Amino acid sequence: MWRHLLERSIYGLLTLVLISALIFVATNVLPGDAARAILGRSATPEAVAALQAQLGLDRPLVAQYAGWVADILHGNLGNSVVTKGPVWDLVGPRLTNSLVLLASTSLIALPLSFAVGILMAVRQGKWFDNTANGFLIGTAGIPEFVLAIVLILLLSTQVLQLLPPTAVLRPGQTVLQNPQVLVLPVMTLTLAIMPYLSRLIRASLIDALASEYVVTARLKGLPPRVILLRHALRNSLVPSIQGAALSLAYILGGAVVVEYIFQYPGLGSALQSAVSQRDLYVIQAIVLIFAFGYIVFNMIADMLTILMTPRLRS
Amino acid sequence: MAEIAPALAVEVRNLRIDMPEGGDIVDDVSFTIRAGEVLGLVGESGSGKTTVGTALLGFARGGARIAGGTVHVAGDSSVNMLDLTPQQKRRLRGKTVAYVPQDPASALNPSLRIGLQLSEVIEAHEPETPRGEIDRRIEAVMQDVGLPADPAFLMRFPHQLSGGQQQRIGIAMAVILAPKLIVLDEPTTGLDVSTQNRILDIVKRLCREHGIGALHVTHDLSVIAHIADQVMVMYSGRVVEIGRVETVYDQPCHPYTQALLSAVPELRYRTQLKAIPGHAARPGQRPQGCFFQARCPIATQECKAHPIAMTRQDAGHDVRCLKSGVTAIAEPERLPDPLPATATSGKRPVIEVRDLHVAYGAFRVLDGVEFTVEKGECLAIVGESGSGKSTLSRALIGLVPQQQCTALLNGERLAPRARDRSRQQLQTMQYIFQSPHNSLNPRQTVESIVGLVHDTFNRASRSERRQKIAEVLSQVGLSPDAMFAFPDQLSGGERQRVAIARALMADPQVLICDEITSALDVSVQAAIVNLLKDLQQSRGLTMVFVTHNLALVRNLADRVLVLNQGKVVEMRGVAEVIDTPRHAYTKQLLANALVADLDSRAKRSGEKECLRA
Repeated sequence: MWRHLLERSIYGLLTLVLISALIFVATNVLPGDAARAILGRSATPEAVAALQAQLGLDRPLVAQYAGWVADILHGNLGNSVVTKGPVWDLVGPRLTNSLVLLASTSLIALPLSFAVGILMAVRQGKWFDNTANGFLIGTAGIPEFVLAIVLILLLSTQVLQLLPPTAVLRPGQTVLQNPQVLVLPVMTLTLAIMPYLSRLIRASLIDALASEYVVTARLKGLPPRVILLRHALRNSLVPSIQGAALSLAYILGGAVVVEYIFQYPGLGSALQSAVSQRDLYVIQAIVLIFAFGYIVFNMIADMLTILMTPRLRS
Repeated sequence: MAEIAPALAVEVRNLRIDMPEGGDIVDDVSFTIRAGEVLGLVGESGSGKTTVGTALLGFARGGARIAGGTVHVAGDSSVNMLDLTPQQKRRLRGKTVAYVPQDPASALNPSLRIGLQLSEVIEAHEPETPRGEIDRRIEAVMQDVGLPADPAFLMRFPHQLSGGQQQRIGIAMAVILAPKLIVLDEPTTGLDVSTQNRILDIVKRLCREHGIGALHVTHDLSVIAHIADQVMVMYSGRVVEIGRVETVYDQPCHPYTQALLSAVPELRYRTQLKAIPGHAARPGQRPQGCFFQARCPIATQECKAHPIAMTRQDAGHDVRCLKSGVTAIAEPERLPDPLPATATSGKRPVIEVRDLHVAYGAFRVLDGVEFTVEKGECLAIVGESGSGKSTLSRALIGLVPQQQCTALLNGERLAPRARDRSRQQLQTMQYIFQSPHNSLNPRQTVESIVGLVHDTFNRASRSERRQKIAEVLSQVGLSPDAMFAFPDQLSGGERQRVAIARALMADPQVLICDEITSALDVSVQAAIVNLLKDLQQSRGLTMVFVTHNLALVRNLADRVLVLNQGKVVEMRGVAEVIDTPRHAYTKQLLANALVADLDSRAKRSGEKECLRA
């Protein structure tokens, strides 16, 4: 098992290297380079060339990449083209906010999806299952930004005025000091991943409940609670774990639209403004963090899968 | 009826189970099992035998509904298992009535340790039991089923056990609370004969020692000969005959029972196996009157008029037939054994294999195997699971790239891999797989399945191709209309015929058959064996027949190759090997086969009381 884990980590690392190369190439292929972005349109070619030399942009691409990677390994993500300050100063607080959003969404969405999925499977074909299924499929069909706008209309502007529509914080304040700004983004993201996750759990639990070992457990006279929790659920968790990992990685990286709508100060909105300002080093750093998140979540999911599947463990 | 008979393990009266869409799966099922006795329930696929089995626990699968009847367990006629609330049923299941599932590999929970799967039965029914007592009982039951009870073993997961060990755990789970009745649902299907015998011995001993009544559901008549005291034969959802095993096997009174027994190959001599013509009617399409009349050689108008009731033949021997006792199907005719092949008749053998080795890493599957197959003969390859017999047949057809050997087909060298062989060699040898359920593409019609082989070796117009497919289908006893069917529209026997037709389409000289009857019912097996014999005669086919069933070998093969741990331990004429085995391993195989031999359990005498009746 430890060997397997080591293998997975090595593969994860390789993937990360590959992605970093991709990111680097992609940002360099894009029109406009850092020097021109810093100096603006009116700069003279001489000034641009001087700054390029100063930033090392006149070196071959491979050397630039090597330098970039070396800097990252030393904890130096470079300086923002826009603020001129270190990228980390800009990205660090955003990362914290995104992690807070991720954690709060997981704390609500995962238990909720599991509970609803399990209940649907247990009541398969009955009233609750059909109603919940209809609701989830309906929700899945609505794009997130529409969901977000509907929630804003319902809960903070037109119908009720319970919550702030956007997460604009006073300077020096953190998200955790204003937890009310989290509510709407968390609700939107929960509604976004719940249809997928709870239907996945429902399907795999229904499979497990129809299996021979569950029939055997019933004919052993075990109480329904033991059959569900010990026999059926354990075996149906594996696909759900993989699904949950994908969902969480998506929230970390793919919540750009949701963060933008709520003006939530996370990585997604930071990425959005970095792109519009051509802040290359910030883009690189954020995309790298997203990739790292994907890899870590999938590795955790794989580890849990192995832990829960005796056949894989030995 | 109401009187309490303490010796009864179960009393079933007029059990009826309906399909979800209405109409009965089984009806009018009545029987009793006494404590310590085993009732063997035999029937072919679709006869409703498993449905009856789980109904004793008040359980029906797949939306089926227990519609009527009574099941009184342990002589307690005040409690009808079928009338209880789910809560009450749960308390009886596992404690008073226990179940041993068919396939332990899928019936044991893959993610739970076997120790937990045993202890949870006690915890569910006797939650007050202290931990020490639970451990003591697990130890006792493990000893009962012949497994180690040390903590390391109990910490194992099901996949870390062999098939036989898994089934012992299945049995241990069932008997750990000393139930009054256990239902065994084909517990030994898929295990090899010696493992099967050990399991059956355990079941028999536990029933005797602990006074447990058992219903043993199986499609294998020889298993019943081994284990049961009474036998109940089911056909198309009805009990057609029930009685002591000796009586029923010796004097089968229902034509279906007679037919079933005539389809079982004998170990001691070669017989002309009798297949039963036609099919069993599915629920909902059953005929009026006797359900077997369409296939019965002695049926008359009378049989078609009204439903037939059970009638008493003798004490404890009931039959559902108006002509009960008339010999409808005579005992199969005995045939002479084939003459022992003279060493070399001067002709070149069709297949010559010298020094065949197959190893997966350090594990030697086949180790220096040598044999020849003469033209027109049937060579049987026998051995237990793990002996390498399937690897041998797969190596021959070119599916084992790791093989090292000198193999000649008609004097020409055979490459180890099928794709390196010439088209003519591919055509000469054809392979039929064990399970017709997954060797036919479910998304193709029979015409495309057989036609693919046709197109590989021939070019013909559409009508000519169709003509040829129809011909080959009729050779294997299928109507030309079968060509438009998909595999799942056919029965198991029909599918295996399609697989044979596909092989014949190539016009081969050699057929390699890998356990091709082991997934089939006994009457279907008889039909397939007869078909192969006919084809061997009419087309001069050479056959390599891989099996673990020695009685089948007696019936079909000319010579036998006995394989043990990848080595040939004996290779002689079929009568010689079975009547006078030389090698210790062959003797052991035969001893195992004999336990299950019908003939040695119920000596059939020439004179039958049934005949005189």
